[in-house]
Amino acid sequence: MKDDKLIIGGKEFHSRFILGSGKYSLSLIEAAVNYAGAEMITLAVRRANTAESENILDYIPKGVTLLPNTSGARNAEEAVRIARLARELGCGDFVKIEIMRDTKYLLPDNQETIKATEILAKEGFVVMPYMYPDLNAARDLVNAGAASVMPLASPIGSNKGLATRDFIQILIDEIDLPIIVDAGIGRPSQACEAMEMGAAAVMSNTALATAGNLPVMAEAFKQAIEAGRKAYLAGLGRVLTRGASPSDTLTGFLHD
Amino acid sequence: MDNNYFVDSDKLSESALEKKHRLENDPTSRTNHMEYMEGMEQISSDIRERVISEMQGFDYSKYTPADVLRALRHDTCSVEDFKALLSPAAEPFLEQMAEKARLETQKHFGNTVYLFTPLYIANYCENYCVYCGFNCYNDIRRMKLNMEQIEHEMKVISESGMEEILILTGESRAQSSVEYIGEACKLARKYFRLVGIEIYPVNTDEYRYLHECGVDYVTVFQETYDSDRYEQLHLLGHKRVFPYRFDAQERALMAGMRGIACSALLGLSDFRKDALASALHVYYLQRKYPHAEISLSCPRLRPIVNNEKINPLDVHEKQLCQVLCAYRIFLPFCGITVSSRESESFRNGIVKIAATKISAGVSTGIGDHESKYTGKENDEAGDEQFEINDGRSLKKMYDDMSGEGRQPVLNDYLYV
Repeated sequence: MKDDKLIIGGKEFHSRFILGSGKYSLSLIEAAVNYAGAEMITLAVRRANTAESENILDYIPKGVTLLPNTSGARNAEEAVRIARLARELGCGDFVKIEIMRDTKYLLPDNQETIKATEILAKEGFVVMPYMYPDLNAARDLVNAGAASVMPLASPIGSNKGLATRDFIQILIDEIDLPIIVDAGIGRPSQACEAMEMGAAAVMSNTALATAGNLPVMAEAFKQAIEAGRKAYLAGLGRVLTRGASPSDTLTGFLHD
Repeated sequence: MDNNYFVDSDKLSESALEKKHRLENDPTSRTNHMEYMEGMEQISSDIRERVISEMQGFDYSKYTPADVLRALRHDTCSVEDFKALLSPAAEPFLEQMAEKARLETQKHFGNTVYLFTPLYIANYCENYCVYCGFNCYNDIRRMKLNMEQIEHEMKVISESGMEEILILTGESRAQSSVEYIGEACKLARKYFRLVGIEIYPVNTDEYRYLHECGVDYVTVFQETYDSDRYEQLHLLGHKRVFPYRFDAQERALMAGMRGIACSALLGLSDFRKDALASALHVYYLQRKYPHAEISLSCPRLRPIVNNEKINPLDVHEKQLCQVLCAYRIFLPFCGITVSSRESESFRNGIVKIAATKISAGVSTGIGDHESKYTGKENDEAGDEQFEINDGRSLKKMYDDMSGEGRQPVLNDYLYV
């Protein structure tokens, strides 16, 4: 377990819990990071691009990798511009691509995401695209130079858990990049399940922001993600879908 | 019961007064409010028809407590559920509605609250809207800021820390041309991250020009969606044309604007029907333009210069809260703005339930930000559109919101 590392863009992470930051008070960020043991935190470039005295960048503890996102982008071109701005703001080379053409469900536009990934990967960004779990799109993202793939579990902010479970499993099975489950994870048990399935990491924002006690919930997620990861590495025991396992085998009569 | 809107200024000439009285008393002296005037673009859209027919068929007296409870149990709020939540039957369930609304707001916006300020650059108006302080027959001090004065106002506001501005004018194309507004918006881009406008409705090509000048959000209030009532309140001018105003947001979106805001002015007509129509207006727009950022406001009538008695009639704070909770449950992703027309205590409370955006450091007068922000004397300001209720500065609002457990956000936007 000690050697179990998550590597994205050549950088090693020991934590597999990526924190969101946009839905709770800035003053809680440090506690959230500490209780979650997080090493990576997302932030909206559009909100970081502020003159106000309280800038989110000042609240993120040193040593935590920034994952600026392109929220607000409606197409590849806008996402590319926002990513470049993130770099100018000193947010580093990591970027989470979020492209939405729908303000109701905030579902990602896979096609535009692939285009933006290709452009930004060529410019040396470590591109982590948020996507709808579609195998063909995921393969295109790999070819476009993505550093990971971030499929949604259910609509963002819904806390509904792994509504796309089977499709995420296909990505985990078929894609050779870290699959990071993003959006819709509402409970530690759901995060644990995603990790048991073989997800490389889990990202969460609303589940913490809407919790009664944010730091304690961050810690609960941390433990659930670690437990799920251990279970995955240990190899899950079989689960019988029906009946029991007979001690006498059905084919025991065969002698030749 | 209705407000007594008609006030005669002793400064009006005899012929002006006569025309005013004729417009007020003789419907045949008024133009057809459903007929477009010259130069007004007509677009092909079925949204108006859909909104108006839903509104006309809305019999809110038929809903029962069981309908309300069913609506509250549903994960997704249908149009029918929304109607139940707006009905009088829902009033006893206000606390449950607030609880559901609060959860939806949290899911979509966390604990953030966006702050902005309006800047009125001119108060000339060519319309006679009987409830409005800017109406052309009202004896107020008129003013139009020049670019130097506008820049000065913007500097004062931006020095307070504000990053989002809403530029407003009275509705006079002659005094405040699209080019004049465009130049003001270009200046605004220098000082603010986000620029919105609340001006008279314009054609698509003019919205496109304003978008190029740096505007991304367009607010137009329909005032009332009941076109017969609209006709009785908007007696003269371009604003009298009901369908041209209705389609303004759609023209703005067609022109590439990022977002729009709709609203009725509650207290002018049947508020339950107007609330239904306002929400359906943004609902159908978002279905047709899924990328559009949509927002609802909820202004209630306020006293104006020369008519202190104007009030929102039967729309008390409780009813307003019911409307806002219903909006939030029906449109969980929609921005909801609560203006300084409402009191400090109401705004502090409603941001915890449904509102996502509030104004601060507000003046609805012309050219008086410096005197308001710094106390410097200014005898030359133009009069206000309406009396504000919550006069908190940006700093006070920021501190108060933080104190209420909210995260104030001054900018959540990139002009790309």
